[in-house]
Amino acid sequence: MALLTVQDLTMHYRTKLGGVHAVDGVSFAMAEGEAIGLVGESGCGKTSVAMALLRLLPDNAQILGGEILFEGRDLVKLSEHEMRKVRWRSISMVFQAAMNSLNPVYRVGQQIIEAIQQHLSVSEREARSRVAEHYNLVGLDPKLMDRYPHEYSGGMKQRAVIAMALACSPKLIIADEPTTALDVIVQDRILRRINEVRAEFNMAMMYISHDIAVIAEVAERIGVMYAGWIVEMADTVSVFKHPAHPYTIALMSAFPSIKGDKRVLAQLPGEPPNLLAPPSGCRFHPRCPHATAECVDEAPRLEEIDKGHFVSCWHPQRRSQ
Amino acid sequence: MSENGLLTVAGLSKLFPVKKRTYSLRVRNFIHAVDGLSFSVERGEVFGLVGESGCGKTTTGKLIVKLLDPTAGAVLLGGENTASIRRGKPLRAFRRRVQMIFQDPYESLNPRFTVFDTVAEPLVVQNRHSVAERERAVAEILVAVGLAPPETFMFRFPHELSGGQRQRVSIARAMVIHPDFVAADEPTSMLDVSIRAGIMELLLGLRADLGVSYLYITHDLAVARYMCNRIGVMYLGKIVELGPAEEVVQNSLHPYTQALIASVPVPDPTYHRQPGEIKGDVAAPIDPPARCRFYPRCPRGDKQCEEVSHPPLDELQPGHFVACYKASAQSRG
Ligand SMILES: Nc1ncnc2c1ncn2[C@@H]1O[C@H](COP(=O)(O)OP(=O)(O)OP(=O)(O)O)[C@@H](O)[C@H]1O
Ligand SMILES: Nc1ncnc2c1ncn2[C@@H]1O[C@H](COP(=O)(O)OP(=O)(O)OP(=O)(O)O)[C@@H](O)[C@H]1O
Ligand code: SF4
Ligand SMILES: [Mg+2]
Ligand SMILES: [Mg+2]
Repeated sequence: MALLTVQDLTMHYRTKLGGVHAVDGVSFAMAEGEAIGLVGESGCGKTSVAMALLRLLPDNAQILGGEILFEGRDLVKLSEHEMRKVRWRSISMVFQAAMNSLNPVYRVGQQIIEAIQQHLSVSEREARSRVAEHYNLVGLDPKLMDRYPHEYSGGMKQRAVIAMALACSPKLIIADEPTTALDVIVQDRILRRINEVRAEFNMAMMYISHDIAVIAEVAERIGVMYAGWIVEMADTVSVFKHPAHPYTIALMSAFPSIKGDKRVLAQLPGEPPNLLAPPSGCRFHPRCPHATAECVDEAPRLEEIDKGHFVSCWHPQRRSQ
Repeated sequence: MSENGLLTVAGLSKLFPVKKRTYSLRVRNFIHAVDGLSFSVERGEVFGLVGESGCGKTTTGKLIVKLLDPTAGAVLLGGENTASIRRGKPLRAFRRRVQMIFQDPYESLNPRFTVFDTVAEPLVVQNRHSVAERERAVAEILVAVGLAPPETFMFRFPHELSGGQRQRVSIARAMVIHPDFVAADEPTSMLDVSIRAGIMELLLGLRADLGVSYLYITHDLAVARYMCNRIGVMYLGKIVELGPAEEVVQNSLHPYTQALIASVPVPDPTYHRQPGEIKGDVAAPIDPPARCRFYPRCPRGDKQCEEVSHPPLDELQPGHFVACYKASAQSRG
């Protein structure tokens, strides 16, 4: 059975200029212990999907439709009180730029202990030993618990934030750009450590990143987002080797690599759309080399073109990369 | 290293004093941000400077374009020492030849200037063009950087532009006077992927069309491989390896470069990467000991590395320079 099934999730932000269509008809499922990646450019709605799953939305946000089935319950329908029991304990999150949100005047360990005590009824001592245990897991010396954030390097802060997300042994962790601000050597160590911990505890993981190279290495399945839509979803190898959506194809060949032959990078014309007034029909049509009248007029639906390979496009491409 | 380079950096150093809580007022500490750098950039070449955060890339760029004064060493442009250039006409002439593109397109543009004001400013400073000439030059360069038709962009303010468009404006500003040399500091790292490739191609195209040379600063080795003819890898203020881009990426000889390359994720899920060999974390280069800067983290370092001074940058293969005692031992057999 799926751990998480998201069906037709639609969320808007109300603004003075109108509704921002940040998440529009998003559907996907995750199995227990599975690692999925959500990729896409800045502003395409990755963080919004994550925040909607946890129902940690700002006041101007509104879930307009869809369901989020987690272990059989629809999170959209839960009261705030019930939702609080799900957060951290069942689903936790490493927030984008979280390492900058550690409170500078409290010891790092204390902040994690308090987070645990807010969600589990455990003694201070128990919470403390739990934090020490999770420090070890993420490769931090437990002695650092009594230090302040400014005494941590960027990589150490990020590890602490990950330890905090692990602290209540959740079933699902959402990691929003967990290593984006870090240098590659530190990033590599942290990603390897997360992978080990995930495998050891059979935790499901949703990685959010704009970097397809990072996602290639950590995810078993990938959802590609564009302008509030999931435009393609498949196992990682298929997304990289047989991308079918014209946007995925462009994205895959827009990144240089240090391995393999040097090849000319794909360039997309234009800019990502304004979500206040997204394009008609397929949201990618103004930038798409294959767009036809149909694409301008009518929105394609996410359809299965191969087993487990879903694409939302009127003209899915069938060549290999 | 070649002597007829367009731009030559010789023994360039920059120390920044650091405040440290100490009871003795006589102790002064320095960050060795850039420490005895030497390299030269040929006409029409893209020379890459790569390395992790804090290794001194931006400081090097600023020293070259004279936004900072060196503590020691020199920058030569066309064989002439730029140290004596201070103000007035010589500085204007220098600015006509050497420009910089900054990392953050949100900070580097004046919010109260229109695109026209921003891009025309270097021409105004030069004070050699009529108004009509300025307008023509600005329109031309806006088209060249892909902001066409220029009339629709000229009178916009930065907040009316996307991130990619802003970065194009800062490139237009650097290029409008057709400089010989541009220091580009992470010009694409703040941009969306679908726009990034376009800016990279734009910079390469301008090199072909205008014959400009670049110092291309990036922390992304894959980008450096794509953009650069040669790459210098920096670690704590020093260049530890320098050579043709393909050589440095495919056949690196310095243990730091090797660890760095081993840590770069590869956008191919069928490729299995082995972890890099490197210990510990990078420390700030505050009054570092004389020995090899990389010694505390090096998997190959031994007593020799610990006891003698930082290794010289030796040419181990034609055009491929490495600063490591063990790398030389390795390839000399
Ligand atoms: N509180 C808000 N009010 C109005 N619009 C918002 C709000 N938060 C986000 N948005 C808009 O919703 C869209 C999706 O934003 P989101 O943060 O989910 O993108 P993202 O894919 O996570 O981008 P990034 O890679 O930059 O983090 C964007 O257009 C953004 O400007
Ligand atoms: N004005 C300054 N005063 C004091 N220290 C400085 C100053 N500018 C830079 N430094 C220090 O010099 C070192 C090199 O900094 P620099 O900005 O050149 O690095 P960088 O390679 O460009 O890093 P990044 O990739 O983060 O941009 C760092 O340790 C930095 O903290
Ligand atoms: S639906 Fe049409 S416009 Fe959209 S990606 Fe497919 S071909 Fe392009
Ligand atoms: Mg985000
Ligand atoms: Mg810098």
